[in-house]
Amino acid sequence: MKRIKHRYLAVEVDFDGMLTQRDFFDAMWASVTRLYGEFGASKTGLALIDFDEEERTAIVRVSLAMLQQVRAATASITRIAGREAAVHVRAISGTLKSLRDKAR
Amino acid sequence: MKRTFADLHLILNMKDSSNAQRVLTKAASLGYDLVSMPFSPETSETEILNLRRICNDLKMDFASRVDIAPRTRGHLMHLLRKLRRRFEVVCVVCKNKEVARQAAKDRRVDLLSFQSVDYRDRFFDWAEAELASSSLAALEVEVKPLLLLEGSARIRLLATLRREVSIAKEYRVPVIVSSGVETEMLLRKPREIASLVSLLSLDEVSALDMISTNPHEIVVRNREKLSRGFVAPGIRVVREGGDC
Repeated sequence: MKRIKHRYLAVEVDFDGMLTQRDFFDAMWASVTRLYGEFGASKTGLALIDFDEEERTAIVRVSLAMLQQVRAATASITRIAGREAAVHVRAISGTLKSLRDKAR
Repeated sequence: MKRTFADLHLILNMKDSSNAQRVLTKAASLGYDLVSMPFSPETSETEILNLRRICNDLKMDFASRVDIAPRTRGHLMHLLRKLRRRFEVVCVVCKNKEVARQAAKDRRVDLLSFQSVDYRDRFFDWAEAELASSSLAALEVEVKPLLLLEGSARIRLLATLRREVSIAKEYRVPVIVSSGVETEMLLRKPREIASLVSLLSLDEVSALDMISTNPHEIVVRNREKLSRGFVAPGIRVVREGGDC
């Protein structure tokens, strides 16, 4: 079976107030599901690797084949937990090590 | 070569200068090199200069733009005669087919905007594209409704935009993507906008061109036309006076 290639995304969240890991990832899944449906969402391989509540930054893993789609879904997030929000991609990389170097 | 990005449609409330400053600062931090906002035809030169100065402080270029929404063909011609030499970008908001057709064939029009989300009020079909392809008008696609609409309304808009963009591509009509937002929370990075635009069945390069190359070409072309030495495309006065 062919190995699935992944990409890691460092994202930052513009949000006023306290943001929890659960709220953030729920918003990510909701956005992906709204745009591509459950079938499309199942192909993204979306996984939360790291989340910093204070800095409001996160690292998520996605399948390389669905990278562009996940970026579009990320960009289309306008609300998290009922409040205005925006999620921006800071860096993309194939390994966590280089991602952390890039995002620094 | 590094791409430079442009957002030709920011909506700034100049009465609330702190909000305008915040939006422009955010646009600069997100990586835009050129921004523009629509002014009303009565706007003074001082107001435009002030905004240009704020943008220059933020290391961004600024282009003046006017949005006109004429009711008839005659009204459109009148407004173009009055405003073309004052603004770097002229956008016609097409509210009926008569205006849309005239705007598409007039070389003084830079952007054709269809702001209704109802496909029956959007007139960008193959006939419109054919007229626009022989003039200089580009189709403007706004991202704001894609961000704010939900459910069936967004599905219908995506389908309409996909059809319009594919017609534009077929007739080689340039398409530009702009945000059309008034708050910094709705601003997105250029590459995020390109990802959103890829929902319209576009490859990455075409999507990036819509937010970088295409808007820049419009502004560069018009700045040349508005410059003092311009005579005709490709011809300009390089020296005048007794020693010529």
